[in-house]
Amino acid sequence: MTAYGKLPPWTKLLSVLLALLVWQLAAWLVQSHLLLVSPWTALVRLVILSGQGSFWLAVFHSLGRILLGFALALVTGICLAVFSARWPLMDVLLWPYMAAIKATPVASFIILCLIWLDSRSLSVFISFLMVLPIIYTSVLQGIRSTDVQLLEMAQVFRVNRWRRLCYIYLPQLRPFLVSSCTVATGLAWKAGIAAEVIGIPAGTIGERLYQAKIYLDTGDLFAWTIVVVGLSIVVDKAIVHGLDRLFACMESR
Amino acid sequence: MSMAIEIKQVSKSYAGRRVLDRFSAALPAHETTVIMGPSGCGKTTLLRLLMGLERPDAGQIDGLPDKISAVFQEERLCRPFSALANVRLVTGKSVSRQIIAHHLAEIGLSGSILQPVRTLSGGQQRRVSIVRAMLADSDLILLDEPFKGLDADTKNSVLTYVKSKAEGKTLLVVTHDAAEATALAPVDSWIRMPAIPAD
Repeated sequence: MTAYGKLPPWTKLLSVLLALLVWQLAAWLVQSHLLLVSPWTALVRLVILSGQGSFWLAVFHSLGRILLGFALALVTGICLAVFSARWPLMDVLLWPYMAAIKATPVASFIILCLIWLDSRSLSVFISFLMVLPIIYTSVLQGIRSTDVQLLEMAQVFRVNRWRRLCYIYLPQLRPFLVSSCTVATGLAWKAGIAAEVIGIPAGTIGERLYQAKIYLDTGDLFAWTIVVVGLSIVVDKAIVHGLDRLFACMESR
Repeated sequence: MSMAIEIKQVSKSYAGRRVLDRFSAALPAHETTVIMGPSGCGKTTLLRLLMGLERPDAGQIDGLPDKISAVFQEERLCRPFSALANVRLVTGKSVSRQIIAHHLAEIGLSGSILQPVRTLSGGQQRRVSIVRAMLADSDLILLDEPFKGLDADTKNSVLTYVKSKAEGKTLLVVTHDAAEATALAPVDSWIRMPAIPAD
């Protein structure tokens, strides 16, 4: 353990190996490929699937749509938070929508939106909807906790809005933005894939998961689930790394 | 002697507690004025009124320029950014990097110009905030206990720096230290603020 009580990074790898061991033991105890496949079987299926062109098409279709929904929610959430910080009435007006989105089960939204939207746009919209309140709430909280003393300094020195944004607001928003993006990426994947499983748009991960369920192909189900978990982790790390690089670049000027 | 700023019968209260009571003073243009007084007599409140961060409850302040720069009681620096970037925040591109670096070096910060401010000591941060105030384009410079937390040697070099850069500018310095006041302005340029009697 380090001086700050944090465990070294290799312990995460150890925990993954331990989880795989638990999974293997459970599969060995269950002794049924229909109920639970072993990690090895899932890995073999994953390797076989990844050799097919349709696998990569499904991955890129789902990845593209979920990322689009996430990006739209990120931009909209930040804009709405900025407006709400400027005009508190807007926060009050938005509150019922945000509260409803947070509390409503994602399946209700998916079924409802399936009536209005075509199945290909569904995962974009559902990811957008699930990510929006997280980004909005977090960024608004970040703006509201901006150091008043720095804002007074900027007022006295007549610092322009652009510089206030770059030097005062963005650095203070950094932890809020990073933590909300981490939470939101996982949710975007869960909700987006759920929307695909229900809407069944052709050539997506959701469709492949649905087919695995219909044909009771537990190996494929686990293989695709590993893909979703892997993509979610990679996207999360990429976004956090991208934000860190952006802020580091800004601060080194 | 031309009068730049006139403070007329200014009063200010916070939550029913009076911190300034019909205070009047005149600050001559292009000269240094020192404000002294016991703790709680309203010195910082007076500076906040001059900065436009507060409005007086009564009285008025005439002749306030638009362009003001300040050293606050706290450093008020953008901590992730370098000393250079913190000064550039207020000067923009009107002052070159070389000039900022030269000013920072003048008060002993030559080795810390590009370091994030959060890694600097309290005294170094204080000096960055002083350079920021002195380099900003302003017609009035307000310094609230600017030498707080500086050791004797550093204080002397910073005093020399402030005196040389403030020449010909309207400067108002709040201090408790008579030696600092003496170094900055003749005794007839001192304003002694009275203690506010308890309500």
